[in-house]
Amino acid sequence: MSGLKRGSVAVVGAAESDLGQVAPHTSPVDLMAQATMRALDDCGLKLSDIDGIFSAATQVRTAPMTLAEYLRIKPRYFDGTAIGGSSFMTHVAHAQAAIEHGLCEVALIAYGSTQRSVSRAAASPREPNPYENPYRPFMPASAYAMAASRHMHQFGTTREQLAEVAVAARKWALLNPKAWEKEPLTVEQVLKSRMVSYPFTVRDCCLVVDGGGAIILTSAARAKTLKNKPAYVLGVGESLSHANISSMPDLAVSAAAVSGPLAYKMAGLKPSDINMLSLYDAFTITPILFLEDLGFCPKGEGGRFVQNGNIAPGGKLPVNTSGGGLSYCHPGMYGLLVIIEAVRQVRGECDKRQVKNCETAIAHGNGGVLSSQCTVIFGSASTV
Amino acid sequence: MADLMKQSPYGVFLDHCKKGELAYQVSDGKPFFYPRAVAPVTGSDNIEWRVSKGMGTVYSTTVVYTKDQPPHNVALIDIDEGFRMMSRVEEIDPLDVKIGMRVKVKMHPGDEKQPTYPVFTPAGGAK
Repeated sequence: MSGLKRGSVAVVGAAESDLGQVAPHTSPVDLMAQATMRALDDCGLKLSDIDGIFSAATQVRTAPMTLAEYLRIKPRYFDGTAIGGSSFMTHVAHAQAAIEHGLCEVALIAYGSTQRSVSRAAASPREPNPYENPYRPFMPASAYAMAASRHMHQFGTTREQLAEVAVAARKWALLNPKAWEKEPLTVEQVLKSRMVSYPFTVRDCCLVVDGGGAIILTSAARAKTLKNKPAYVLGVGESLSHANISSMPDLAVSAAAVSGPLAYKMAGLKPSDINMLSLYDAFTITPILFLEDLGFCPKGEGGRFVQNGNIAPGGKLPVNTSGGGLSYCHPGMYGLLVIIEAVRQVRGECDKRQVKNCETAIAHGNGGVLSSQCTVIFGSASTV
Repeated sequence: MADLMKQSPYGVFLDHCKKGELAYQVSDGKPFFYPRAVAPVTGSDNIEWRVSKGMGTVYSTTVVYTKDQPPHNVALIDIDEGFRMMSRVEEIDPLDVKIGMRVKVKMHPGDEKQPTYPVFTPAGGAK
């Protein structure tokens, strides 16, 4: 984004809360607080060092305020921007702006959800919309399914190619001890699973689990004094396209085509400079769209790009090495976990799934029904 | 200026639906949907209600599978007058609804919970 300085801030601490299915009556804020202390432990800072809070959650309408009360800290700066799963990429951009302007120095970004425990309907009730609700779309799946239908119609993308995205995610998940899914998955299994919203079966759709996370950002100067490797913010880009799927101008082109170039420009990088991608995979169509819109293949080629294990372990381009929202964890708004994996790859903390010589990573967030798109580019110390 | 003390955009739309009409708005010659109190982009209050001829083309489609209910269609329809809306194509197997199919509006009567709303049926042909 113009106005922000490449590498002026870094993520210094990153952690998940407990993931999967947590104990009955656990609150989303319990998960935020647990992840916060783990992220602080990761960087050696204390609760009292935090002077900026950024948070959004479907179950906590006033997330920054509620989290501040829970932790009993009084932040100088706070931001509750809520634009769906990409909210946390936006929080990174806004935290960077706040830190650059001296509005805060140590920013906490936190998220938590108990959607598996309380049900998705209870965790994310639909807003009334008299122009869509009568048709009973299964949201958000049906919106993404219509994007997939367009992609198939315009570019010849196949259900098998969509399934390849789920299979690649599962292969990565099997290398991640924290992943929810533990068994291998084949293209045939994806295609033969229960149909949810054509062309998606349940295996084309993200998991519904509990979980959360937290990251700590601070200035590059302070980051250098802390115990763990910083993941520098090289570039950020944000874009709002629409809110309802019927208002999306072209279902085959996402606003990642706007946020990506903004982030590249700030970072002074191009797609071929990026070593790994953490792409919000709410559904199998989304990595295909984002690979195209972020410039990793031409428009319409995404389906062919993901074939033959190209984004799986050992493939040409490492994508969603955690196992993604499809196989690792998807607690409602997954963006913060998208960021955490990119940070870990740039720090070299990913053990069996570590991408060799990973100096740059994209964390791309998607919110609503392809509605908000936000891109963050992280780099190791060698890139600043 | 729309007087929101007297009537709402959806209220006017619904009154048209009850007469069997698919209504939309135009401002500065540009059609838009869903109905609004203020024209998008311009902010103009010079907004005219019009009734569509009810013909459109399927822009995209999906079939929703719900437990204990038959699968149903959900589609985005590009209406000939130049706006897009969500709807459902009926009187055809939901899986046979195809992108490019020509469709024609009809009013679904609704029920106690759901007021009348526009759906579509195949009009024959494709674009």
